[in-house]
Amino acid sequence: MLTKRDLLKWGLVSGGAALIGANGIRLASSQTGEVCPADPPAQSPPTTPFIHALPMVPDLQPVPLSQLNPPPIPSNHQQWDRFPPVRYYEIRVQERLHSFHPELPLTKIWGYNGIVPGPTIRGRYGEPILVRIHNDLPPNHVGFGIPQIITHLHNAHTAWESDGNPNIGFVDPGSFRDHHYASYYAGGDEREALGTLWYHDHRKDFTAPNAYRGLAGFFLYFDHKDSGNELDPNPQALRLPSGEYDVPIVFGDKVFTADGQLFFDPFEFDGFLGDKITVNGAIQPFFKVARRKYRFRLLDAGPSRFYEFYLSDGRPFELIATDGNLLPAPVVVQFARLGVANRRDIIIDFSQYPIGTQVFLENRLEQLDGKGPTDRILSRGTQVLRFDVDRDAPDSPPLPLSLRSLPPVNITASTPRRTFVFERLQGAWAINGQFYNPDVPMATMKHGVPEVWTIKNGGGGWSHPVHIHFEEFQLLLRNGQTPSPEELGRHDVVELHPNDEVQIYIQFRDFVGRYVMHCHNTVHEDHAMMTRFDVTPGP
Amino acid sequence: MNRRNFLTQSAMAIAQTVLQVRQAVGADQAPAYRPGKHGFPNVTLHTQENKTVRFYDDLVKGKHVVVNFMYASCPDSCPLQTANLVLVQKALGPRVGRDIFMYSITLDPTHDTPEVLKGYAERFGVGPGWLFLTGRPDDTELLRRKLGFVDSDPIVDRDKSNHIGVVLYGNDRLDRWAACPALSRARDIAEYVLWMEELKSKPASAIGAIERGVAALPA
Repeated sequence: MLTKRDLLKWGLVSGGAALIGANGIRLASSQTGEVCPADPPAQSPPTTPFIHALPMVPDLQPVPLSQLNPPPIPSNHQQWDRFPPVRYYEIRVQERLHSFHPELPLTKIWGYNGIVPGPTIRGRYGEPILVRIHNDLPPNHVGFGIPQIITHLHNAHTAWESDGNPNIGFVDPGSFRDHHYASYYAGGDEREALGTLWYHDHRKDFTAPNAYRGLAGFFLYFDHKDSGNELDPNPQALRLPSGEYDVPIVFGDKVFTADGQLFFDPFEFDGFLGDKITVNGAIQPFFKVARRKYRFRLLDAGPSRFYEFYLSDGRPFELIATDGNLLPAPVVVQFARLGVANRRDIIIDFSQYPIGTQVFLENRLEQLDGKGPTDRILSRGTQVLRFDVDRDAPDSPPLPLSLRSLPPVNITASTPRRTFVFERLQGAWAINGQFYNPDVPMATMKHGVPEVWTIKNGGGGWSHPVHIHFEEFQLLLRNGQTPSPEELGRHDVVELHPNDEVQIYIQFRDFVGRYVMHCHNTVHEDHAMMTRFDVTPGP
Repeated sequence: MNRRNFLTQSAMAIAQTVLQVRQAVGADQAPAYRPGKHGFPNVTLHTQENKTVRFYDDLVKGKHVVVNFMYASCPDSCPLQTANLVLVQKALGPRVGRDIFMYSITLDPTHDTPEVLKGYAERFGVGPGWLFLTGRPDDTELLRRKLGFVDSDPIVDRDKSNHIGVVLYGNDRLDRWAACPALSRARDIAEYVLWMEELKSKPASAIGAIERGVAALPA
């Protein structure tokens, strides 16, 4: 809620000295009334840190099949008979008012079921589901974003008609689309299990503004190993922290106008940075924790910012999963680094802190524009979340020494090789010199034929978080070197720093259709840095 | 963020904001989103017919528009882009000039007089409803920066022959804006331009998107 003090603080009632920027952003020099000659940083209204709690995201509840009217059409989906849904869900994309901070007024967001972030979907391997997603957005919407949707489940092993291909057909207001998720390990191999996924809008050329307005949520997969039960009696279960101690956290940097409204700049083609880092839709919240282990599933929802998260007291923590996929073994790390769309599951053990301790999660990675981070690590970063250690609680069992082994890599002389160069072209973005053309595949892959891809940064000082739909890959080389232990798992997003070249191992299985690879700096993605590839049945 | 978002605005804008904030306080709900109508410089420009116009008031306000930057002596990229946009104009048909307006703003206002631009437009067979615009160098430069046609590398940015080859389209009424490479396929650009219109709400039973998805399934 706004107070008169806030208005005075912002110069809005003091005598008209404030200057309002082009799109309602207050000028950095507004106190003096001078026009600032150089680019000032974005300046959202000030907010008092750590005065509200980290929002807990509700789980999406299944609905009876009879609620889906009209009923789903099985022939619309590949392998429906092989993977008949055992549960059904329904989501409505709605415009609502949301509070990012108690001192900011409510602002218009788009949310799955009207909330930011969207409800968490909990899936289980071997249990196929169907999710019907309705578009209830107002067709006459004014402002950034377009009220048409396409929902991508990043990075499910999914038939293309359910994947959220940005061109498959926009879902207009009043319409819906059914997504059939087979919940099947790629190749039937449990070493290919996914854990922390997210769903988000992927409408062609409007992914940045639509997702920024709130269209993002978590989707978590469980199986007999990562079972979601820390007391699981099954000897194969990893018994990782579960329930209230398994906390998905999505980061999104945003800008607010002087009157507290969510702002996006469609005339910024390099990438869009916010000065307020929201955590599960809240600016600088606190989280009361017990003296025990927690699993945090960190997600960078973009649009363009990279993060390197540290605990403010410098203590290490354990990394257990990268891009949602459990590592072979936990890795002790000082920080968790995320590019846009990356996920990092970490274990923080708060039993090492006495009750009453406050410790912050802070981002120390410097980034000044949409091009990418400077890679300067700040001695004191931006505190985004405060942990308040306030109670004792029974702990989960010790972390297992091994988590999930990696599937084998089989490379022979006849393994197909391809090269993709991500480059700037005429002020927009291209792959191998071509702007995104949804009608022509740049590559066609066959089931059962693994490939080695070289992915290069075309230079110019840009960073690109490159995302491949449908299958996870393993990093073979980064700039000719063996990747670090944190990068040795399976991934669906790889950071290409300026001048980087990576080699990956990837194969395509089980489903056929049209998929895409693109830069997940969503502004680059919306300006043509995407390519179509097709997957066809085996040789 | 970029400096174009920080231009000085009138006392009216301040008053409006204060009013909206007060309304928000009073009504305990968010004010209506204010379209970025004040984001465009209202500079004076001259058309290829030597008509004087104001950028925002005459060309953008309440309109559905397509905007790019070019210059007549540009050796490589502009001729291709202009030729491509001629195809876009043809694909959009008689709507150009009626309810969709195309604007090409020169990066070389010193040399690109209205006469030069008129000759350029004629050479490419540009149809009605598409204005080629020149003005004071400070003003066209301000427009270029405000509309985002800027390279973050100052050396690249100073090189006119390497300018941003993007075409911007939008609808001021909806405050909806997007851009794509000016060398994208012309029929795609024409389709993107039409995305800037109001959507029609469909009946709840419509499943068009699903049907399209199936039709596109590979064999």
